Amino acid sequence: MAVNPVADLVREMQTWHFVALELNLFLDTHPANRRALEDYNRAARRFRELWERYEREVGPLMDHGFSESPGEWQWPKGPWPINTGM
Amino acid sequence: MWVYVKQLEYPVRVSRPDLEMAKNIFAQFGGPDSEFSASWRYLTQAWIMPSGVAKSIVIDIGTEELAHLEMVGTMIDLLLGDATPEQMDKAGLGAHYVEHGRSLFLHDAAGVPWTSSYVQAHDDPITNLRENMAAEQKARTTYEHLICKTNDEQVRKTLAWLREREVVHFQRFGEALDRVQERMSRRPHF
Repeated sequence: MAVNPVADLVREMQTWHFVALELNLFLDTHPANRRALEDYNRAARRFRELWERYEREVGPLMDHGFSESPGEWQWPKGPWPINTGM
Repeated sequence: MWVYVKQLEYPVRVSRPDLEMAKNIFAQFGGPDSEFSASWRYLTQAWIMPSGVAKSIVIDIGTEELAHLEMVGTMIDLLLGDATPEQMDKAGLGAHYVEHGRSLFLHDAAGVPWTSSYVQAHDDPITNLRENMAAEQKARTTYEHLICKTNDEQVRKTLAWLREREVVHFQRFGEALDRVQERMSRRPHF
């Protein structure tokens, strides 16, 4: 199997992002659930670490000033997930 | 993917509730040249745009339009205040009250519901960018009409700011069009 470190990193980010998102929805209607809150914070922390790693190694993830663009304007550079499905 | 940020792009203030003006501003919430039309016109075009420049401009502006939709909605909500059904009736919002109460809904100043036939997306990036430039002009004109309809300086300030964004977007779409034409002129096209 071909090794694609970027695809692996994206998959891991999607995983932790989904964990955080799902717990976010749950906590919206169960705000007093301590276990869900701890899990949420753990997932959010892990997601943030992966986010920072992605931006360091690959490029900016967000527009409108939420990501910096060191060296040059990298935002228009591909690949664009809406066309690759990744 | 998209996320929500709990912050308005620019502050929205009104001096006092004004139901007639709330009704007028529905033009920019769910009318033909509304922020809703703008956002989804540009965002649906993103898949077909041929270059990073064209793709990023429709995504970045389309996303900003969602923030403008949020501002327009906030302006309408503040202008509605805690209006009674009788007051809404007098301001021409009687039918709106019957069908939606004081909720926002995607319709124009006359109550006509939003339809996707207000917008267009093609597989030709030049067609799309010209469509978008025309849309920015139409929205700018609508904001100018809205500014003429109120003396509330706070409302005028927010409307004037939104109007300026239409001018900037027109400019950026024009530059993207230049880049796309440059790129396409390297091979024959019609």
